[in-house]
Amino acid sequence: MISRRSFCKKTLLIAGGLAIPLSALELFDPKRLLAEKDEKGARWVFLVDTQKCVGCGYCVKGCKVENEVPYDANVTRTWVERYIITKDGKTHIDSPKGARDGFPNKGIDIGHGKLEEIRDEEIDKAFFVPKLCNQCDNPPCVQVCPVGATYQTADGVVLVDREWCIGCGYCIMGCPYGVRFFHPVYRVAEKCNFCYHRIIKGMQTACVDTCAFGARRVGNLRDPDDPVTKVIMTQRVNVLKEEYGTKPQVFYLGLTKEVK
Amino acid sequence: MKSHVWRPLFVVLAVIALVLVARKFLVPSDFGIGARGYMYGWHRAGNEQQWKEVKVKYKTARYCMECHREKYDEIKGSPHANINCENCHGPALNHPDDPRSLTIDRSRELCARCHFRLPYPGSDRGRIRGIDPKTHNPGLDCVACHWPHDPRKEGHKR
Repeated sequence: MISRRSFCKKTLLIAGGLAIPLSALELFDPKRLLAEKDEKGARWVFLVDTQKCVGCGYCVKGCKVENEVPYDANVTRTWVERYIITKDGKTHIDSPKGARDGFPNKGIDIGHGKLEEIRDEEIDKAFFVPKLCNQCDNPPCVQVCPVGATYQTADGVVLVDREWCIGCGYCIMGCPYGVRFFHPVYRVAEKCNFCYHRIIKGMQTACVDTCAFGARRVGNLRDPDDPVTKVIMTQRVNVLKEEYGTKPQVFYLGLTKEVK
Repeated sequence: MKSHVWRPLFVVLAVIALVLVARKFLVPSDFGIGARGYMYGWHRAGNEQQWKEVKVKYKTARYCMECHREKYDEIKGSPHANINCENCHGPALNHPDDPRSLTIDRSRELCARCHFRLPYPGSDRGRIRGIDPKTHNPGLDCVACHWPHDPRKEGHKR
């Protein structure tokens, strides 16, 4: 028979024991402490100025060539969208061939080779928005990979292991920004990786180098003197689909509510 | 206890052993937890190196400048200073060894990427001097009248 005193004592002991979080019991891990203390190395981020983008599509062309994405296949790692907001409050969006050849028509591409003509007087706002992988801090595409074929490097870039990918397509479904697709040649998931082979050599990405207007810039968020970091820290930048909690790392200047 | 009671246990143990042995051979030795932990960093470490070794194709204007200094100076001193050589001349790759010469895109479509007039407010495109390629000297190459390395000069005869 348990006495009232010992019952109370044991209850308190168990409750107290449960309250100790697991982390309190964890021994010091020097590697982890070091990692948390000074995060050395880069954290690659991107800055897009939608005011400066003129929709020439040189970035898309450059990206496709640099990263060996088949030129005539209708897939691309980066693309440019055109937004036209007319006086009747409607938003028209198109991106013919991902803007690989720029925007050769005034009319909005509505698919099946048809164009919707919009007169200049009807336009309230019109601008271009380049899109690319956001290299999220919480990348949902990485979480859903069942085999560990896609992962994030220490410097924040999400890569795909072409030898390990089984082509299940979960990541393509999981990305809220639609930046992933199947590579028509390798038949595995493909995505923008900030031209990893260029940025680690201290170069710019191919899209940044081909952009004639400075609409695209790549930078290192861990370097306080980086001009891109300075803009992100001091200017009114925005990100896409913040509500998904993915913590995207492509920052936009001049974004409006119509941009999705 | 009788052996038929134990038998399923042996089967299970054999399956576990088989999986562990197969795993040893199939999973690359460098597969493991990377910098971003189990959730985001579970990968084959050797793949990072594979991505780093991708060939650089666009070598930037600085690379072209090493041999074509006067061309570089001309365009960088013109209103087209912002345009890099490889946008029209194509990626340098290993030029001049491979390819020996680059294919220059002199098409009207190339110029129209920026100079097709789109009067868009809210975008710098609206401020670029532009034409309608359908009505502006159709059929003629832009470079017949406009010198691309310095649009203030007359075009070149080919």
